[in-house]
Amino acid sequence: MELNELYREVILDHNRHPRNFGRLDPADALANGHNPLCGDKLTVTLNLQGDVISDLKFDGNGCAISVASASLMTEAVKGRDRSSVSAMFDKVHALLTQADAPSTDLGKLAALSGVREFPARVKCASLCWHTLNAALANADAADAAAVSTE
Amino acid sequence: MNPVYDVQRIRADFPILQQQINGRPLAYLDNGASTQRPQAVLDAVNYYETHLHSNVHRGVHTLSQLATDAFEAARERVRRYINAASTHEIVFVRGTTEAINLVAQSWGRSTLQPGDEIVISALEHHANIVPWQMACAATGAQLRVAPIDDDGSLNFEQYLALLGPRTKLVAMTHVSNVMGTVLPVQQIVAAARERGILTLLDGAQAVAHEPVDVRAIDCDFYAFSSHKLYGPTGLGVLYGREALLQAMPPWQGGGDMIRTVSYQSSTWNDLPYKFEAGTPHISGAVGLAAAMDYLEALGLPQVAAHEAALLAQATAALSDIDGIQIQGSAAHKGGIVSFTLAGVHPHDLGTILDHEGVAIRAGHHCAMPLMDLLGLPATARASFGCYNTAAEVDQLVRAVVRAREVFC
Ligand SMILES: Cc1ncc(COP(=O)(O)O)c(C=O)c1O
Repeated sequence: MELNELYREVILDHNRHPRNFGRLDPADALANGHNPLCGDKLTVTLNLQGDVISDLKFDGNGCAISVASASLMTEAVKGRDRSSVSAMFDKVHALLTQADAPSTDLGKLAALSGVREFPARVKCASLCWHTLNAALANADAADAAAVSTE
Repeated sequence: MNPVYDVQRIRADFPILQQQINGRPLAYLDNGASTQRPQAVLDAVNYYETHLHSNVHRGVHTLSQLATDAFEAARERVRRYINAASTHEIVFVRGTTEAINLVAQSWGRSTLQPGDEIVISALEHHANIVPWQMACAATGAQLRVAPIDDDGSLNFEQYLALLGPRTKLVAMTHVSNVMGTVLPVQQIVAAARERGILTLLDGAQAVAHEPVDVRAIDCDFYAFSSHKLYGPTGLGVLYGREALLQAMPPWQGGGDMIRTVSYQSSTWNDLPYKFEAGTPHISGAVGLAAAMDYLEALGLPQVAAHEAALLAQATAALSDIDGIQIQGSAAHKGGIVSFTLAGVHPHDLGTILDHEGVAIRAGHHCAMPLMDLLGLPATARASFGCYNTAAEVDQLVRAVVRAREVFC
């Protein structure tokens, strides 16, 4: 279990300089994510064109793992349709939890593979994905909903 | 530091400390969350389980008598430890949390009227907030919060200003688990008592770190947990003044707490059994008694002086690191130091420190309202116990410097 496996350069970079940080206004959908164990909080806003996430942003407050994961996620899903986002979430989830999960097709998201050696931190990395799912589920509703990893 | 306080000899009494974590010697600095057990506690529990165990208060057979004797001897040990007047005033519960819930449910629900007020402080742990919110919701009473100053000390004038004709209870922590503040409990209680207001103190962070005398403090209720006093988990103590406990209705029903039961109705057992429904944590009580023997043999004033020296060392060394901000600088603090490091989230700090063998707590410390007040999502917290050393404080400080290097 090496620290630099967890805090890879890509992760430190996305933590220091998160991409797509902020809020879309107006947005087609918004969701708030909260990890009550850590206090990590983030908000995802997105716009859809048909089935495709045409734009998204996140903001909030969290540890390096949760901020970097959210930043990487926004880069990875922008321009993708719902079914490919859902398939990607499955792959990321496997990457975070299974020792032998492949990181093929994940691009920069593969940098998160070190997280699985630190079980206490898996929820930090997955919070943004649960929040994105909630935003997609909310896409038709006007109200924001809260999602929790607890 | 006290020359007779031999911390290396004390460490040798704690088997769990003799290990490496991530290839480094363990520096266990999370005593605010839970303390470790000395061999004497492990042995006492083991001896009880091996030779004495049976159910208590119900058999005529020998083991039942032996178990009852051990359990009641533990109650007497607790009475002496906090200098209560009688063992009738020592109720065994699951922990601080349950002790406070007992008072909130039994005393609170039977006594509080709409418009009555309960005063807590801004420093409280959720365990001393939520039970009162529940009692208030059930009765129409209201919760008032006495503010703190920037250094984490109670604003005593504003506390006094909150005490009014409708105030029925002051419920406050003895030592803050986040900012380390030791509250002036004697003055807090005296001010309440002058006005005929009852007092409950949350002693979770106090009882293992300084001598506590409930009669000198003069509080009505005092709550604490065994596992923060080098004893087993799953056990705690509610001290309550006998006349008050006498007047309070039971809060849980079942075996042990009754005198007579018919299908129509029941009558209640004497104190403290009225509040101890069901089979209690017998081995836990035995372990807690052993922990109290152990701590008193070390000497609580000596332990307090030792932990104060560690706090002073940690405060000075951490303050020297660029970007460190310490939360809580009251004049009177227990061995707890909460801090943040600019540019490094407390959880990342916790992970990096763990990698260096240093166990601390990172998070909101079950005090979300206080964290909101401080404007922080989380802090890192080091908390000291009787077995910590100056070398471990150095290890902590080196690990924090290392975290800065990773991130900044
Ligand atoms: C000040 C304070 N009160 C109450 C508690 C709750 O103790 P327990 O979880 O043992 O019931 C704690 C422990 O975290 C505490 O620090």
